[in-house]
Amino acid sequence: MEERASTIAGGLAATGPVAAGAVKQKPVPVIPVRANPLKILGLVLGIITIAIVIATFVALVVYSLIAAVFPMGPLINASLVVILGVAACFAYFFGTNWLLDRVYPAQGDAAVANMAVTAQVRPWLFLGPAVVLLGLYLVYPVFNSLWLSFKDVNGREFVGTANYQWLFNDPEFRESFFNNILWLLIVPAGATLFGLLAAALTDRIAWGNFAKSLIFMPMAISFIGASVIWKFIYEYRGPDSEQIGLINAIVTFFGGDPQAWITVPFWNNIFLMIILIWIQTGFAMVILSAALRGISEETIEAAVIDGASPLQIFFKIKVPQIWGTIAVVWTTITILVLKVFDIVLAMTNGQWNTQVLANYMFDWMFRGGGDYGRASAIALVIMAMVIPIMIWNIREARKDMT
Amino acid sequence: MSGMVGSRPALTWVVNISALLLVIVWTIPTLGILVSSLRDKDQLAVTGWWTAGSSNKRNLPAIRAPGPETAVQDGDKWVLEGNVFDGSGGSIEAFGISSRAPTAFEPGASAELRRGGTLTVNADGSWRIEYDEARDGGRGQRIFVTATEPPKFTTENYEKVLFAEGLGQSFINTLTVTIPATIIPILIAAYAAYALAWMEFPGRALLLAVVVGLLVVPLQMSLIPLLQIYIGLDNLLGLQGGSGFAKSYVGIWLAHTAFGLPLAIYLLRNYIVGLPKEIIESARVDGASDFDIFRKIILPLSFPALASFAIFQFLWVWNDLLVATVFLGNNEEQLVLTGRLRELLGSRGGNWEILTASAFVTIIVPIIVFFSLQRYLVRGLLAGSVKGG
Repeated sequence: MEERASTIAGGLAATGPVAAGAVKQKPVPVIPVRANPLKILGLVLGIITIAIVIATFVALVVYSLIAAVFPMGPLINASLVVILGVAACFAYFFGTNWLLDRVYPAQGDAAVANMAVTAQVRPWLFLGPAVVLLGLYLVYPVFNSLWLSFKDVNGREFVGTANYQWLFNDPEFRESFFNNILWLLIVPAGATLFGLLAAALTDRIAWGNFAKSLIFMPMAISFIGASVIWKFIYEYRGPDSEQIGLINAIVTFFGGDPQAWITVPFWNNIFLMIILIWIQTGFAMVILSAALRGISEETIEAAVIDGASPLQIFFKIKVPQIWGTIAVVWTTITILVLKVFDIVLAMTNGQWNTQVLANYMFDWMFRGGGDYGRASAIALVIMAMVIPIMIWNIREARKDMT
Repeated sequence: MSGMVGSRPALTWVVNISALLLVIVWTIPTLGILVSSLRDKDQLAVTGWWTAGSSNKRNLPAIRAPGPETAVQDGDKWVLEGNVFDGSGGSIEAFGISSRAPTAFEPGASAELRRGGTLTVNADGSWRIEYDEARDGGRGQRIFVTATEPPKFTTENYEKVLFAEGLGQSFINTLTVTIPATIIPILIAAYAAYALAWMEFPGRALLLAVVVGLLVVPLQMSLIPLLQIYIGLDNLLGLQGGSGFAKSYVGIWLAHTAFGLPLAIYLLRNYIVGLPKEIIESARVDGASDFDIFRKIILPLSFPALASFAIFQFLWVWNDLLVATVFLGNNEEQLVLTGRLRELLGSRGGNWEILTASAFVTIIVPIIVFFSLQRYLVRGLLAGSVKGG
């Protein structure tokens, strides 16, 4: 379910009324005076630190107290940890705002000056946890990975471009890169095409919503669950026994020879891709179906009057009008494909020439105790492939939002 | 609508049948494991799941009769009796007395045993060995049968995976990961989204651009640096083994929270910025602070957007394998469902009764959530991707 990252990619192309409205709805400034930025920074850091320390401390103390008094089974222990974790988070927001209002009350002689300070501090209290988490978990690692890719196995010694030289001479890397390109060509195309077909068909039948639900359902299934489901479909038994895998049963029914499909080089890549297409078609269908319904009826009516056939209407009138949405679906699935990992890990773990970059990176992260330099270099290659989409996204979003 | 195909019956049929085919192809894989997980494991291993409703013909495992010395005198014969079915029903197609010719005899025929005596197996499964004189010892006779059995369905596979294969514990572990990792990012993102939408501060546009950029950063970039931070922190605080950060629930909650934040902030900010300006301004004029406005006005109004993101995040965390593998241990207390399924795929690769039941246990909760909250999921997808959604 890397869907969430994917949606977004799409989102960026959105020029919906919501985003457009933003331009006109800039908040009314309520800040009469600007306080010293250093003072604001100090206040923000101070309050956030105090709040986090207190919230963590209280949560730990409560946990230890309860743990000391009641002997707990794993289930109760888990629920307690869950409740305390969420409570600490709530406590942060209430605590920081309470503290701010206490130190700078909006009453009394200094009310105006105080409100000026709180107006500048409060946005950062709201943003604090998000900024800290994004910085620590996503921004810093990008630079750190870049740095690590020039270092040795343990990330200690600087080795220059040795990791990259190794990478480009490594046959398994070339294989993964080639396979990734294949995935990039086939999966977005397949999912978008089937999604378009499903959208076109289900919009025209009485039981369309029911059909949509069923085609959409695989999106709720984990990649690893989907792998088990499809491994069962591709299951192979010797030619003398009855086939319990659906594909081989069909093949033998028509007189063919059963095959161990996922071990047949090159074609096995396609069999793995089918799993991802199966999962992603529903996503493409939902979005494309909404876009198809958004097409103005006048153009279609005009085509009908001109005597166009339904197929002509679909391909010559409707599809050209939703190119923008098709591009969004395509990029979204492209990003997902770059990160595909679970399916390959579960089905073949890269054997029989099916390796892909994300799984290869995971492999090197743990192979022989883990080679951080090489694994980081592979991660950087994935990142480099994402960057064009990222830049395009930011440019589109800035057009809409700022 | 005039563009519809209703006016041409032939085309309507083509559309309906094509849609039906598509739905069948998309549903059959999941149906396959559901049906298989409920079948008897011996039947599952030898026949396709699509034959589950009909009788099954197969070779039963050879059974061994009790030793000849236990034969009971009956008239002038010494006799052993039994039934190859333990009350489960079925009918015998053929039987044999050696592994080289397991189907040599018709039911009801009598086979000459190598060391004297005769064996008869009847169609209903009852068998009878007759000896002419009392015997003293030796091994019992082996009986090979090919039988047609009625379809057998059972919940045994589920009992086995939940209680013996550790899936029950993994279910709890997954819940422990998923619930906070869904709630915490909603809370953090909602505050941040409100600040980005309605509060004035320097650097707002830049921050938004960063959030949009982070939407597509591959997780692979974060894994190694984070692992190093966690391990470094453990060493710094002197925490080792079980109590450290590196393999803890708090560690994975924070990781999932951070990885979910860009989408959460992006979706919620777009929603919150579209709320009517008048409400917020009149509340400000009445002297409400931003904290009150957020809590009492924005949060309740944003419910649909919060629900959309909650479903995304829930599905993503529940189905995640990568983050859990890197940030949690693979011991009994920490192995999540996806990790357990991967492990079973390695260790029980051929035992489809285990794999199908396990797979179904891991996917059932997301599927229930999906079907009951589909409305919000679709709305969230469209908010992110379609012009004018």
